Amino acid sequence: MARSGEIALTASKILTELKKCGFDYVVTVPDDDSRRLYRLIESRPEFKLVSACREGEVIAIAAGLILGGKSPVVLIQNTGFYESGDSLRGLAIDLKLPMVILISCRGWKSNAPMTDSASIYIRQAIEAWGIHHHLVEDDRHIDRISLALDEAKKAQKPVAVLLGCDISDDE
Amino acid sequence: MMNDFEALKVISRFRGDAIVMATMTANFEWPQVSTNPNLDLMFTGAMGKASSMGLGLALARPAKQVIVLDGDGSLLMNLGALVTIAHMAPPNLIHFVFENSVYRTSGGQPVPGARKVSYTGLAKSAGYPHVYEFGDLAALEKNVPKIMSQAGPTLVCLKTEPVTERPPYPLTTTASILARFQTVLGKLKPEV
Repeated sequence: MARSGEIALTASKILTELKKCGFDYVVTVPDDDSRRLYRLIESRPEFKLVSACREGEVIAIAAGLILGGKSPVVLIQNTGFYESGDSLRGLAIDLKLPMVILISCRGWKSNAPMTDSASIYIRQAIEAWGIHHHLVEDDRHIDRISLALDEAKKAQKPVAVLLGCDISDDE
Repeated sequence: MMNDFEALKVISRFRGDAIVMATMTANFEWPQVSTNPNLDLMFTGAMGKASSMGLGLALARPAKQVIVLDGDGSLLMNLGALVTIAHMAPPNLIHFVFENSVYRTSGGQPVPGARKVSYTGLAKSAGYPHVYEFGDLAALEKNVPKIMSQAGPTLVCLKTEPVTERPPYPLTTTASILARFQTVLGKLKPEV
């Protein structure tokens, strides 16, 4: 949650952006940092929610949805990104799929040294896969999700969006 | 136990215009028996994930039957998929598991839990509404029409002979046939 005076990253703003992008499915493994967004998505009929057991599945399910003509967005935690590596490599990258992957970052700190290895290595890990990423730390950066989608479609490849903040309910 | 190639011939006879995703051993055997290759998607890229990609396709194309031809070693790498599939419950998904008890494509090493694990038991516990296990071809042949016509998801475990001879490589990669598959799928009536 944002402290008083800070600009927050709010679930409702992310949801509006996802809607603007035209996503119809959200494929996810729920996590603590994105729980408020999950609750909101769950309550909205315009999104179909696919909750999987593990993140490698998430990438494969999203791949199947894309091949079938749907527009899924992936929502996983940084810890799950590491787990999803083989699916990411062999499916999203090798099949050249325009997949937007939202990664909520446990332990992310923008103004202090990070101590959680889940966040410390995440940018290097994403770059090691040759995946471009955008960072969204508050509502002012929300339109980077649209940018990521444009980029994914243009380049026919996955693009990541790091959600570097605990997502808030607050407007 | 039955011969896996003969089992594939039976499935092919009843497959109709279903999408078929074939992985591991079935990846190289299925093209030899398929009569509708335009709707075949040979799966490579992430071992164990054929059933998950099949789930995505089944959700995206609810009016189209999706058949996944999986292996036991492959499924063991992604057991959570059984729970996810049962949770989403796509009625158009049929999940065949060829239980040969070995990793054929890597030289015939036994899979963990060979002949001890009950794949139908796992699927039933996960919440698949229909599960079947067949140890001979005649039983499969007799039941396939019913399996194809009922609402799933359905898991069918086929007890097949362990073959330790590696299949001829290379297997057909998903990437090499993806454009053809997407073109064919794109020409089919769009679904809501």
